[in-house]
Amino acid sequence: MDVELIHIHKHFGEVHANDDVCVRFRSGTIHGLLGENGAGKSTLVKILSGYITHDSGDIALDGKLVSIQTPTDAIRHGIGMLHQDPLDFPSLTVLENFMAGGGGLWLHRREARRRLCEIASSLNFSLDPDAHVSELTVGERQQLEIVRLLALGVQVLILDEPTTGISAVQKEQLFAALRQLAADGRTIIFVSHKLEDVEALCDEVTVMRQGRVVGSAAIPCSPAQLVEMMFGKPLAPPIKPPTAREEIALELREALIRTNTFDLHVPHLAVRCGEVLGLAGLEGSGQQEFLAACSGLIPLRHGSLRLNGREMAHRPYHSFMRAGVCYLPADRLRDGLIGGLTIREHVALRAPTRSFFLDEPLNARLTMEAIRVFNIRGQPNTRVERLSGGNQQRTQLALMPNPLSVICMEHPTRGLDIESALWIWQLLIARCQQGTAILFASSDLDEITAYSDRVLVFSGGRVSEPLDAHRLTADVLGHMIGGKF
Amino acid sequence: MAATSQPSHAAAPSAAVLPLSLVYRVGALVAALAFVGLLILVVGESPLSVLGALISGAFGTADQLGRVVNTLTVLLLCAAGLVFTFNAGLYNLGIEGQITVGAIATTLVLRLLGEALPAPLVIASGIGFGLLGGMGWGLLAGVLKVYGRVSEIFAGLGLNFVAQGLAIYLIFGPWKRPGVASTSGTEPFPESLWLGTFGRTEATPVGVVLALAALALTIVVMRRTYFGLRLRAVGLNLRAAHVLGIPATRQLLAAFALCGALAGVGGALQVVGNFHRLIPTISGGLGFLGLLVVMLVNFNPWFVLPVALFFSALNVGSLQLPLVLRNVDSTLSGVIQGTLVLSALIGRGLDQRRSRA
Repeated sequence: MDVELIHIHKHFGEVHANDDVCVRFRSGTIHGLLGENGAGKSTLVKILSGYITHDSGDIALDGKLVSIQTPTDAIRHGIGMLHQDPLDFPSLTVLENFMAGGGGLWLHRREARRRLCEIASSLNFSLDPDAHVSELTVGERQQLEIVRLLALGVQVLILDEPTTGISAVQKEQLFAALRQLAADGRTIIFVSHKLEDVEALCDEVTVMRQGRVVGSAAIPCSPAQLVEMMFGKPLAPPIKPPTAREEIALELREALIRTNTFDLHVPHLAVRCGEVLGLAGLEGSGQQEFLAACSGLIPLRHGSLRLNGREMAHRPYHSFMRAGVCYLPADRLRDGLIGGLTIREHVALRAPTRSFFLDEPLNARLTMEAIRVFNIRGQPNTRVERLSGGNQQRTQLALMPNPLSVICMEHPTRGLDIESALWIWQLLIARCQQGTAILFASSDLDEITAYSDRVLVFSGGRVSEPLDAHRLTADVLGHMIGGKF
Repeated sequence: MAATSQPSHAAAPSAAVLPLSLVYRVGALVAALAFVGLLILVVGESPLSVLGALISGAFGTADQLGRVVNTLTVLLLCAAGLVFTFNAGLYNLGIEGQITVGAIATTLVLRLLGEALPAPLVIASGIGFGLLGGMGWGLLAGVLKVYGRVSEIFAGLGLNFVAQGLAIYLIFGPWKRPGVASTSGTEPFPESLWLGTFGRTEATPVGVVLALAALALTIVVMRRTYFGLRLRAVGLNLRAAHVLGIPATRQLLAAFALCGALAGVGGALQVVGNFHRLIPTISGGLGFLGLLVVMLVNFNPWFVLPVALFFSALNVGSLQLPLVLRNVDSTLSGVIQGTLVLSALIGRGLDQRRSRA
C-alpha cells in the first residue's frame, strides 16, 4: 500500500514539530526516516499511526484521502506501529498479549496459538506462546509485537528506533524479517537516527531536521551526504588516544557479584587510571550488576574491591562517592535524574555546600555555567523530563563531580543522535586524560571497539579476561558474545 | 508538582495551555459545589439558607469564631507537618495516632508536674512533651517503613489503632475519674493549667502563634533550604535520589519526625487549649482533615492557610445546621470537604491526561 503524507503540520505549544512535511512511502520498499533526536520523525509516524492528531495536512493511502484520528483507525486502514518501548502487558503470556488486540467476545486460544506460531515461524522468530512477557528481552517483545500487528492485517509497518536495546543477533533477525515483509509487498517505515542501520536495511531514505524534510536519497548513497543533511554540516568522530596510566584505580579480586539469575565471578581485574574498559555482551548478562557493584550500589557477595589502593568491599555507597566514583545509569529518568525537578534544582542537589539555606545566586551561576559548558538545550528552570534524551544525558554529565577516579556508565550514548554521541565521547576522553578510569557497558559494538582500551565480554553467566581492544574486531566480539571464549 | 515553583519564562512554551489547566481547576470547584447544591435541594433545603446557616454558625458570634480559630490551629499544625511527608512521597495516614500520642504525653506531664512547678512552665513542658510524643510515634511509622518495609499507610493505620487503644486504656484505667470511668475523658485539669484565651472565647493566642510559626517554618524549609529540596527529590524519585547521593533514609525519617512533631503539638493544644483533659477522640479527626487540606492544595504550603480556614469554618459552622434547618445534618461538612477533594483530584487527573495527549 502506498502511503502519502501531504503538507503535515503539528505544533506542540511553541514548537513546530512537523513543518509542512510531505513524504511518500511506496509499497514493497523499506523506507528509512532519518534525523537526529527532536527532528520530528517520531511525531510524524505517530500522526500516521493515530497516536497523535495533526493540526493540518492530509494522509492518502493508495491515492485516497483517509482520516486517522486514533490507533484503532490506523489499524483499520492497515497501518501498525512498533514503539521504541513495545506496548505490551508484562504480566500476561505471549499468547495472551497476542490475543489482546483482537475483537469479539470469546477468546479462541487454540486458533490464536496456531496463528501466532504460523506467523512467527514464517519470519524465523522463535516465540514461546506460554512464556511471560516480563521474562522476554526487548528484542523478543518486538518480535511479538510485529507478529501481533501482522495478525491484525497490517500492510504498513512502522518501526520507531527498533534497534536500540536489542542484541546484534536479534537485529539481524529483525532485518531479515523486514526484508521478507517488504518482498511480500508491505510498506516498511524505519525510523532511526543510526546511519549504519539505515544503510544496511533501507531502499530509500528521507532525512528530517528541525521538523522539516531536508532531503531524500536512494540507498546506497554516500554517508557523508546523509550526515550533512542530518546536521547541516559534516561531522568527524573523536579519536581515542592512549590515556591509561601506571597507577591502578580499581581492583577486583575473587569478586562474586549477585545478579537476578546467577553469581558472576571475577577472579582478578585491575583497571588503571585513565583507562577505558568496555563491557560487551547481550543485555542482562551481568554488565549492569558489575557496574553497580563497582560503584558501590550493590555489595559484593564475596571478595575484595580496592579503589586507589583502599579496600572498599562492604562499604556503603556514599563512601564510594566520596572516594570519587560516579555512576551514570542507562535509564536516565528512572535512575539518574529526578522528573519534576528543574536543571537548577539538580545542580543545587549536587552543589558542594554544607549550608542549610539554598544559595540561589551560587546555584544560578553554577547552572548557567553547566548549561553553557555542556551545551544543554534548556533553561535553568526547565524540568528534566521535558529535555530531549541527548540533553538529559548532557545534564547527567554536567552533574558529575570533578575530579573523579572512576566513572561507571551504562549505555553512554543510547538513544542519542550522532552529534550528541560524539560530543559526549569527546568529553569522556577529556576526563580520561585527567586520569579518570571509565567503565562502560554498551550494546553498540562499534562504540566498544572505538573507545575502549580493553574489553570485557559478558556471556552465559561468565565474564572473559580483559582483551586488548586494538586487536579486536566487531566480528570476533560477536563470536565471544555468543559464548565462545 | 508545585504550581508556584514554575517560573514564568520556563512556562513560556506552554503559555497557551496554562489558562486551560486553570479552567480544569475552577471547573472542578464549580462541579463540586454544584453537586453539593444539588444534594441539598434533593433533601429539601435551599442551598442559600444552608450557606447562610454555615456562615452564621462559624462567624456569627465571638464564641463560634473562637472555636473556628482553635480548630484552625490544630489543623494548620497537622497540614504543615503533612506538607513534609507528602513532598517526601509518603502518605502519613498515621497522623491521627501522632496527635493522640502527643496529647497523651502532654496529659502525662500535666498530671505529673501539675502541682510541682509554676503553671506556665508545666504548660510549656506539656507542649514540649507533646511534640516529642508525636515525633516518636511518627518515627516509629518511619522505622517500620524504612527498615521493616511496611507500607507507611498500613503502618500508620495500625499505629493509629494502638494510640487510640492506649488513650482509651488510660482513660478507663490508670487515669480514670475518681469514682466513675467515663467516655467523657479524664478529670479536667484545674483552670491554672489552661492556656490563656482571647477574651471570653476559647481561642488561644499561644496556639495561633505556634500554628502560624509552624506554617511559616514549613514554607521556608520547603522553598528555601537544601533539606526541602532533597525531600522533594526523594519524594519524586527515591532511586535516582539515592544514586545522586542523597541520604534517602535520613530524609524519609526526618519527614516522619517533623510531621509527627507538629501533629504532637496539635495534640498538646487539644489538651491544654481545647478540652483541658484527655478524651478518647482527642484528635477529633483533624489529622485526616489535614490530609484532605494538603491533597486539595497539591502539597503546596502557600495555599494551606486559606483552605484550612475554610475547612475549619465548615466544621464549626456545620454544627449549627441541625438546629436551624430541619433536613440537613452537621455531617454535611464532611460531604462538602470530601466532594471538594475528590473533584479537585479528578480535575487534576483530567488536566494531566489532557496535557500529556
